[in-house]
Amino acid sequence: MVLRAESNRKVVVSVIIILVFAVIISKLFYIQVVNSSYKFSAANNVLRYVTQYPARGLILDRHGTPVVTNKPVFDILMVKNQVKPFDTVEFATMLGLTVEQVSDAFVQASKQKGYSPRKAVVLLNQISAENFSRFQEVMYKYSGFEVQPRTVRSYNRPIAAHLLGYIGEVDERDIKNAPYYQQGDYIGISGIERSYEHVLRGKKGVKIFMVDVYNRIKGLYEKGKFDTIATPGKNITSTIDIKLQEYGERLMQNKIGSIVAIEPQTGEVLAMISSPTYDPSLLVGRQRAVNFKALQQDSLKPIFNRSIMALYPPGSTFKVVNALIGLQEGVVTPETRYSCDGGYHIGRGVACHSHPSPTNLIQSIQVSCNTYYCHVFRNIIDKREFGSVEKGFTVWKKHVESFGFGSKLGIDLPHELKGIVPSVSFYDKYFRKGGWNSLTIISLAIGQGELAVTPLQMANLAAIIANKGYYLTPHVVKAIEGESITPDYHQKHFTSIDSVYFRYIIEGMDLAVNGVPGSGSTARIAALPDIRICGKTGTAQNPHGKDHSVFFAFAPKDDPKIAIAVYVENAGFGATWAAPTASLMIEKYLKDSISRPDLERYILDANLLDRHAKAK
Amino acid sequence: MQRQNSILRNLDWVATILYILLVIMGWFNIYAAVYSDDHRNILDFSQRYGKQLVWIFFAFIMAFIILNTNDRIYPAFAYIFYGVVLLSLISTLLFGRVVNASKSWIPIGSFGIQPAEFAKITTSLALAKLMSSYGFKLSGFWSYVKVAIIVGLPVGIILLQNDMGSALVFGALVLVLYREGLPGWILAYMFFLVLVFILTLMYSTSVLIAFIFAVAIMLLVIYTRHYRDAFRVTLGTLGIGLLLFVASELFHLKLSVEIIFLIPVIIAVFIGFAYAYRKRLKQVYAISFFLIATLGFSMSADYVFERVLDVHHQKRINNLLGIEDDPLGWGYNVNQSKIAIGSGGFWGKGYLSGTQTKYNFVPEQSTDFIFCTVGEEWGFVGSAVVVSLIAIFLLRLLKIAERQTEHFARIYGYSVVSILFFHAAVNIGMTIGLVPVIGIPLPFFSYGGSSLWAFTILVFILLRFDASRYGSY
Repeated sequence: MVLRAESNRKVVVSVIIILVFAVIISKLFYIQVVNSSYKFSAANNVLRYVTQYPARGLILDRHGTPVVTNKPVFDILMVKNQVKPFDTVEFATMLGLTVEQVSDAFVQASKQKGYSPRKAVVLLNQISAENFSRFQEVMYKYSGFEVQPRTVRSYNRPIAAHLLGYIGEVDERDIKNAPYYQQGDYIGISGIERSYEHVLRGKKGVKIFMVDVYNRIKGLYEKGKFDTIATPGKNITSTIDIKLQEYGERLMQNKIGSIVAIEPQTGEVLAMISSPTYDPSLLVGRQRAVNFKALQQDSLKPIFNRSIMALYPPGSTFKVVNALIGLQEGVVTPETRYSCDGGYHIGRGVACHSHPSPTNLIQSIQVSCNTYYCHVFRNIIDKREFGSVEKGFTVWKKHVESFGFGSKLGIDLPHELKGIVPSVSFYDKYFRKGGWNSLTIISLAIGQGELAVTPLQMANLAAIIANKGYYLTPHVVKAIEGESITPDYHQKHFTSIDSVYFRYIIEGMDLAVNGVPGSGSTARIAALPDIRICGKTGTAQNPHGKDHSVFFAFAPKDDPKIAIAVYVENAGFGATWAAPTASLMIEKYLKDSISRPDLERYILDANLLDRHAKAK
Repeated sequence: MQRQNSILRNLDWVATILYILLVIMGWFNIYAAVYSDDHRNILDFSQRYGKQLVWIFFAFIMAFIILNTNDRIYPAFAYIFYGVVLLSLISTLLFGRVVNASKSWIPIGSFGIQPAEFAKITTSLALAKLMSSYGFKLSGFWSYVKVAIIVGLPVGIILLQNDMGSALVFGALVLVLYREGLPGWILAYMFFLVLVFILTLMYSTSVLIAFIFAVAIMLLVIYTRHYRDAFRVTLGTLGIGLLLFVASELFHLKLSVEIIFLIPVIIAVFIGFAYAYRKRLKQVYAISFFLIATLGFSMSADYVFERVLDVHHQKRINNLLGIEDDPLGWGYNVNQSKIAIGSGGFWGKGYLSGTQTKYNFVPEQSTDFIFCTVGEEWGFVGSAVVVSLIAIFLLRLLKIAERQTEHFARIYGYSVVSILFFHAAVNIGMTIGLVPVIGIPLPFFSYGGSSLWAFTILVFILLRFDASRYGSY
């Protein structure tokens, strides 16, 4: 009995031992074999992914001259836990910063998302190469800091800011939209940088390191088997002629407005100037935020790309469109004459300036007769076959829209605006249904009223006329690393006007520039002895003060190489400022020299900003 | 020569080989835990694996000396050894060095010795001496008092050294008492109290009251088989509880839930006592007593937890039970330890290829958390082998203890098994999150001279007894 009890107890103790070890083995089985979460945690512990940033693609002009290149900068990273007390004054001075900036950076760094005192986080970004090389010599003194080389944009000349655009760090929305991006990455925010972001950015690589508990690098994971190398971004050849662009910006200095020049046969944008502009290198480097704010607060809106975002009335330049529609609809012929006694006196009436009268169609363009176009416009809208004003207006609107007005042309730049071409329902609402007729909207005859176009659309109109009836979607990029761009840009878009009618318009525009003295030509100032320029002035009335000076043209007449539109805000007559500017641009592009230094000086020296100030 | 031969002939070679195997495996894992490309020379004595090699060498010499020493000295000098170590424990308390918040080291030159490690040996010897003394029987109040004094003195001093882990080890000696006649229900009740303690921390008081009451009713049914009475008591208690609840709601007495649970159970206890008295039913007495004692324990468990235990003990327990989740704070060790072991997978990452242990994600990885290296580099297969080897070693020692003809040797043998068992189970258990973190070494694996020597001496005294069990030499 006693013996049995004893042997029982021996068994109980053995069983307890065996049971406990069985539980231990089961738990080991669970965490080592069944549950895989520990393996992920282990990888998180020990692997550190270091992004390898590729160099962004360069941007060249149409002749291969580099416009945007890269320069190295250095981000200073810190691992908070490893930072030992240090001489902040020396630290800041070496980096070319103030002590306040450094201490502020420490505060900011600890606030960023995903901050951990054991991980390397960016403390200071975009330290210039000069400052960094100085710091590098003393860097050994500061523990807990690391360096991450990056590249930022570098500009050879302070031009084409709007066209090129700028880059900046991605925000949370970018990361959400495209998982490719991680915090700290750069992305194109405007201009070509934005629209060709996916080409320019290249592909990031990653190096996987093994780190110990103090986040010290212990070597490459699996000898770099899973590392990927960064693929540099592709270089982009722009359609821009950098000399023409630079010249245009000089001509537009101290003026507000825009110049757009297009090669008619291809739709390639040769120059795109929006004035005032800014030095694109202002938006690079550590001062970017400060500079950006200053630019943003500037009352002249230098960041605003007027070439594709400003909406102006077309003014008299629009008469050529009405002339073409009239010809197409058969309500006017080249021989149709109307006399002008200083205005059109029916309804609200439209005034005109003094010029030889009567005029035929070609002469009407040459002298820019308002009265003539009131007749033409009413002939279109009130054409008997249409039966109603609404129908007539709709036909007119369709023709207008076939020129690319009222919709985005589809240029490869972000933020392009559509412009405005009013609709029947607009007038129905504005007046009332049946409460309007061709007289009510007579301003449209001379490109005023409810019309709004961008300078790009205006330049495109010049290209359409130069091409006698079609255009190619204007674009700013010619080729990507040798490969030509999307075929969409090689597609001809025909207007609803037969090609045959264009020659009368071209004749009129030729005479407007090259007519004999006293014949009433409006743009004789633009004439060149050896290049036949066809152009048309405009003086766009607008609610913001003095009229805008408008001119659009193409040249040479027989083999057009350049189509151009110039808008100078609040500058007065088209012939005074816009026409000579366009003429100089054409000469510069076609001859690469200026034969009229006086005219050039006259434009360069003009400061029209005070007129704008008054207009405000 | 004759004596030498018979000792070696009678030595239990299974246990000895297992011992050597475990020590060698331990050393390889310490090497792996400390290993880095900077230092790989195994004889580099500035590194822990180099030092451990020295400790192992001395451990083997000690084992050899013990095997060649007359085993009669242990019963003869048990109390003297006990007294000497007690004195050194006290002097540690007065002059010792503080390591990891515990004042448990006596510095000797550049090294240190932990007397608490050796107190395990001398306490085992003294306990064996007491319990094997003529006429001693583990029954009656005074026999337990004597046992309590023998074990309590070193435990008290070690607690004063702030070394909770080492003190807890002595709790394992309850297995010895069990073997020598401690009633089985006491062992069972102790396990039950541990369960109640854990449940108290995890659940509300009312749940605990309901749970303890349910266990009491179950015991009532099992031991008395008075199904109807058990049913009546249950129903009656529930009825009183319901009445209290309704009354509280109707008259807005605002009685707390605990009170509504507690009062009916107390009433049931009183009825139980009265019933037992009238019917002279011993079991009902016992069960009523069980009910009231367990309730009392449960009620005070919270208090003990909050007031008696240190913050870090509380945190470790809470972390284990999942009451608090703090993987970067109190739970960091265990979390990293589980990650290291878990990442080993089935086959492990291979010797010297562990990343978590190599790059120091696991703290104390060559001492208390040495098992992480095993788990990460050798995987489930290696871990299971190590755990099984330790289990087999313990069962072998148990068998050896059981075959001793002398009471002294058997009781001592059980002490050895209990102490090693507690160390191994608790140490491995804490690295995989089965028990709260208690800083005690894994026998034969953890880095450290004192513990290796203490375990070696502990084991080889038993093996020496075993070798001469057929007669004294």
